[in-house]
Amino acid sequence: MAVRSSRAARGQRRAAAARGAWYPRWFWPAFAAPGVLWLALLFVLPFYVVLAIAFGAIDPLFRNPVPIWNPVEWDLSTLGDVVGHIVGRQAYLGPAVARTLVFVVAASLLSLLVAYPVAYFVARHGGRRKGMFLTLLIAPFWVSYMMRMLAWVNLLEGDGLVNRALRATHLIQQPVGWLAGRPSTVVLGLVYGYVPYMVLPLFAGLDRIEPSMLEAARDLGASRVGTFLRVTLPMSRQAILAGMVIVTLPMFGDYFTNDLLSGSPKTSMVGNLINDAIGTPGQGGQGAVLVVLLMLFLLLPMLYYIWSTSRASREGTA
Amino acid sequence: MTAPPTQVAPTLERPRGVSRAVRWWRSPWRPPRLLEAFAWLYLAWAILPVAIAVWFSFNAGRSRSTWQGFSLRWYWTDPVLSVWHDPDLHSALLQSLRLAALTTAVAVPLGVAFAIGLDRWRGRVAATANFQMLLSFVLPEIILGVALLLVITNLLRFIALGTTAQFLGLVTFQISYPAIICRARLLSIGRDYEEAAMDLGASPLRALRRVLLPLLYPAIFASAVLVFADVIDDFVIVRYLSSDAATEPMSVKIYNSARATPTPALNALATIMLVSSLLAVTLGFLVYRRMTRGERRGASGVEDFAAQL
Repeated sequence: MAVRSSRAARGQRRAAAARGAWYPRWFWPAFAAPGVLWLALLFVLPFYVVLAIAFGAIDPLFRNPVPIWNPVEWDLSTLGDVVGHIVGRQAYLGPAVARTLVFVVAASLLSLLVAYPVAYFVARHGGRRKGMFLTLLIAPFWVSYMMRMLAWVNLLEGDGLVNRALRATHLIQQPVGWLAGRPSTVVLGLVYGYVPYMVLPLFAGLDRIEPSMLEAARDLGASRVGTFLRVTLPMSRQAILAGMVIVTLPMFGDYFTNDLLSGSPKTSMVGNLINDAIGTPGQGGQGAVLVVLLMLFLLLPMLYYIWSTSRASREGTA
Repeated sequence: MTAPPTQVAPTLERPRGVSRAVRWWRSPWRPPRLLEAFAWLYLAWAILPVAIAVWFSFNAGRSRSTWQGFSLRWYWTDPVLSVWHDPDLHSALLQSLRLAALTTAVAVPLGVAFAIGLDRWRGRVAATANFQMLLSFVLPEIILGVALLLVITNLLRFIALGTTAQFLGLVTFQISYPAIICRARLLSIGRDYEEAAMDLGASPLRALRRVLLPLLYPAIFASAVLVFADVIDDFVIVRYLSSDAATEPMSVKIYNSARATPTPALNALATIMLVSSLLAVTLGFLVYRRMTRGERRGASGVEDFAAQL
């Protein structure tokens, strides 16, 4: 009896398998449910609150922002103020925004120039030492960003090793104030901070190119440079784009590099504007508007990144 | 008649040297010396500043640029200023480790279940959830940090700023790590093993627990290590969601005092931070290598482990 019923159950299951219905309908959604709920509560809801504050009112007495929960009543005056401060006549936020663009473009291009040869060397000529090189390339990932900036603060201080080395070799007479609000220090700090994130995707992209492709190019008469320009470079275009997006996204929200390596308003970036507004009582509304604007500005690169990674994972298994 | 050759000789020498260089340059078997030098230069630039900072944490004096002899003063010998005895630095260390352990314990199971669910659950809701998860992965931290701060101070007021808020925020930020890593692994596992188990009579849950989960262990483990190390290094979210000096972890302490005449105790704190995340990752890598014995592609497994990043 028992045997027969279990056999019947198995038969049913097999029939279900043939129809493609293996599991109860709720089975897989139940696994995702806690995560979905968590993200709804602590990821989607916070953005709604940011919007409600950005388009909210300001308490006339205490000057603190009052969120407006109903989207129909949203007030665009803070948004108008901030946009006016960025592009208008008394545009005191404008320079920081322009500076952010210049710094981020310069730092990400420099990162590419540094990272590409390194990734190329390890992918193409790493040979038996590839594992060792990769370990060394990954190492900075596990050193906290703050520590890496602290290391440079130590080196660049008035009596730091950099000034001392330059004075010992008589290249300079007086110690240079590297940390006194120099744009070049901030850009180099950004490069130092984010270049490891560029090396890895470039390595992955370059490592995937079949050596036989390059051999074919050389066999067909292309020079080294020609092979690089006409085969390697076009084939690594996706990796370059991915790497650029990966480093520029966090750079646009960076304020701590600036705070540690310059600390001067002369080099402040959008991240600093947001951080200062959030830290100043009564400016929360402005901070929220800046967050919304930054989010809108970065939406396209973020979508591109999501699209390219999900495509890569599909291709990886196909 | 004897003079010209001696005059010609040096002019002949030079082109020979140049042509040798040209020939070396054109040789298809030329080892890429310039590239290699550049790669080593890069590694030195990436690693030396940190190594110097670590070195000066063992300085006997107060300076962070003049070596005054080796001592463990800044770790625990100094009765007031050392990491061990300064209550401020001591609590920062504990707070970092506490947050890392708590976040890993919650974010990893949540993310793994999320990945399993999303891998099989089709439809618009699932696609939206997947998109949210990926968005939380690429979003600059400052945006999420400010959003979390505003939601906790304006709407969810019952959540106290401090450890609770930091923990909730970190889990939100880290959930995507295990989810992405496990999804990639699930895609490569496919459904064959599970179907075989169910053909042999396993119930769905049993097939999941006895077949799919063991296959996922390496990915789960790798993501736990990544989350732990990443939380130790986290700065933006934990700073916005901290309530007072007692809930500020190591990274925030470094940020606060890096420009305000710090002692090498700060370097010592940073070194401890470095060692704890390197230790977690190295241990993680070794265990990962043991787990994936027999299915390795790269020579040392570093490539596979790196591919998880």
